[in-house]
This record gives sequence, structure tokens and C-alpha cells, in this order.
Amino acid sequence: MHRTGELYGQFETLEQQKDSATLGMWVFLVTEVLFFGGLFLTYAVNRHFYFTAFGVGGNMLDLTLGATNTVVLIASSFTMAMSVWSAQTSRKKLLPVFLLLTLVLGGVFLGIKYVEYKQKFDHHLVPGQSFDLTYRMNHPAPGDDPKELAAERREIEEALLTEDPANPQVALVALNAHAQLYFSLYFGMTGLHALHMFVGAGLLIWVLKDSLKGRFSASYNTPIEIVGLYWHFVDIVWIYLFALLYLINRHLG
Amino acid sequence: MSEHVVSPKIYVVILFALLLGTFLTVEAAMRDFGPWNIVIALAIATTKAILVVLYFMHARYSPKRTQLVIICSAFWLAILLALTASDYMTRSPRVGRLTPSAVSHVSQA
Repeated sequence: MHRTGELYGQFETLEQQKDSATLGMWVFLVTEVLFFGGLFLTYAVNRHFYFTAFGVGGNMLDLTLGATNTVVLIASSFTMAMSVWSAQTSRKKLLPVFLLLTLVLGGVFLGIKYVEYKQKFDHHLVPGQSFDLTYRMNHPAPGDDPKELAAERREIEEALLTEDPANPQVALVALNAHAQLYFSLYFGMTGLHALHMFVGAGLLIWVLKDSLKGRFSASYNTPIEIVGLYWHFVDIVWIYLFALLYLINRHLG
Repeated sequence: MSEHVVSPKIYVVILFALLLGTFLTVEAAMRDFGPWNIVIALAIATTKAILVVLYFMHARYSPKRTQLVIICSAFWLAILLALTASDYMTRSPRVGRLTPSAVSHVSQA
């Protein structure tokens, strides 16, 4: 990425130079689409095979926190778009404000993600030795909603009947094994998404520093535009993660 | 430079469209539409994604060359998903699947 806004020798015009930089970013984003595409494919195939366990797993996620995070990320995409507009119209005082807002909203998203991960650790829903779908309903915490726990118990009992009606012991072992696949994908996909958020936050800090020096204007704003493309892409990944991980099993509960 | 500047009005409209989409998708998920639940969820998610790409990411105002790259990415993703799905979905449903008894056998060993 050209850092000064001067015309490089291989380009005819500044516009062509900017279009080339933007095109390069899009080509990178195509590789990212296929990278996340492989993960979504893995999720789809395993959901096809282990439909019951994926349903139980998905309904153990906190829908309120997931929906809140979706709204937070959409708001951050809006402030990012407004940052690009501020740069394009040479509003040098406004640009750092919108960039900072975007950064703060990104931080809120990661904070909520931390709360969710903590919850999953507390409920023994992290794949491994102590993974246990029935842990929460057997060890209710003081703040737990008894209705929610009863619904969870009912759903697990129904799932056990689907897995193996003759032998609930065997069915529970199988359900726990298959649900670990769901939670491996949950942590893998949301974890990689969160990693992208950290990278995005780093990029925002980098352009925020330069924007405070007043470096971006109508004649030179390529870095803002390109960081924006990256940020919006990460937003799109979350839109699909929210639908597939949190939502599509809800009505089964 | 003669680049296209998208007005904040359009950004605000898109923001509200995305928030509305989020609200609708949560509402739809709570109701039982049988096999259509996943279709509705993915249709709303894709509509939201297209709005972000067209307006927030300026694809609508980008050069044709850039638009071609974006369309190619969707096309390649479709190949990845469709060909793999056509393999898995046309096999016997039990092939490759761990049955409950197989799982408990492994975990007891």
C-alpha cells in the first residue's frame, strides 16, 4: 500500500493507483472467503451427519449475547463507513472520532465474546476431558432460570431418544461426542473470527494514529478505504456465524 | 480524484436495513417453519451481506474489474460448497457417521 499519496511510476493517475490498491485488497478478501468457506462447509457436513447433537449444542448458546454482538458489529460497520466518508470529504477532525468509535465498538464485541466463552467454560461445554452436556442442568448456579434449565433437560432427553431409544447410557456418550464436534467448530470459527477482529483493531489503531496527524483527505484516503473493506468483511463473516451457530436450531428446542 | 463519495444518508438507510434484518432473523428463528427455517436464516444473512458489499464496501460504485473479482469469489465458494455437498448428500446417510454404539465402544476401550 502506498503510504504517501504520491503517484508511483507504474501508474498513470492517482485514481488508477487507488483502484489497483482496492482491487488487491479484494483479491485478498477472496482468499479469506474461501478460507472461511472451508470452515462453513465442515460445519454444514457435520450438521448433516449429527443433526440432533448440533441442535442441542446450538441451543446452549446465549441468543441475547449473540444478537447484541450482531447489533454492535453492524453499528461498528456503520461508523467505519462514516470514517471513509469523513476521509473522502476531508473532514480531518471527524475522521479520528469515527475511527475511535469503530475501535470501541470492536472492543465491546470482543468483551461480550469473552463473557460468552467464560460461560461455556463454566458450563463444561469446552471440548475435552470434562465436556458434559448435562453439567449445567445437574449443577444449577444460583442465578440460573429454572425454566431454561427445565427446557434444556427436556431437549437433552428428547435427543437421547433420537440417538438410541434402547440404551440411554450409550446415547448420552454418543450425544456428548457429537456435541463436542459442534463446540469444536463453535470455538474454532468464532475464535478465528475474533482473531480477525484483533487484526482489524490493530489496523484501526494504525490509521487512527495517522489520522490524528491529519494525513488523510479527499486526495489521499486509500488506507482508510482498505481497512474499511477488511472491517466490513469481518462483519459479513459474523452475520453468517450468527445465523448458522446461534439461530437455525432455535425452533427445535 | 473523481471517486464516488457515498452520502451518509445511504449509510444510515443501510444501517437500519441491517438492524431490521437482524430483528427479523431472530424472530423467524423462534418459529417453526420446518425445513424452511434454515432457508429463511440464510436468505436474510445473504441479503445483509449483499447490502454490506454493495454499499459499505462500495462494490456498486467500483470499477467493473473489481466487481468481476467479487462475483468470482461467490462463484468459487459455490463450487466448493455444491460439489462437496453433492458428494456427501448422495451417499448412504450412515457412511462416515459414528453410530452411538461405535462411539461408546471407542470411549470404553
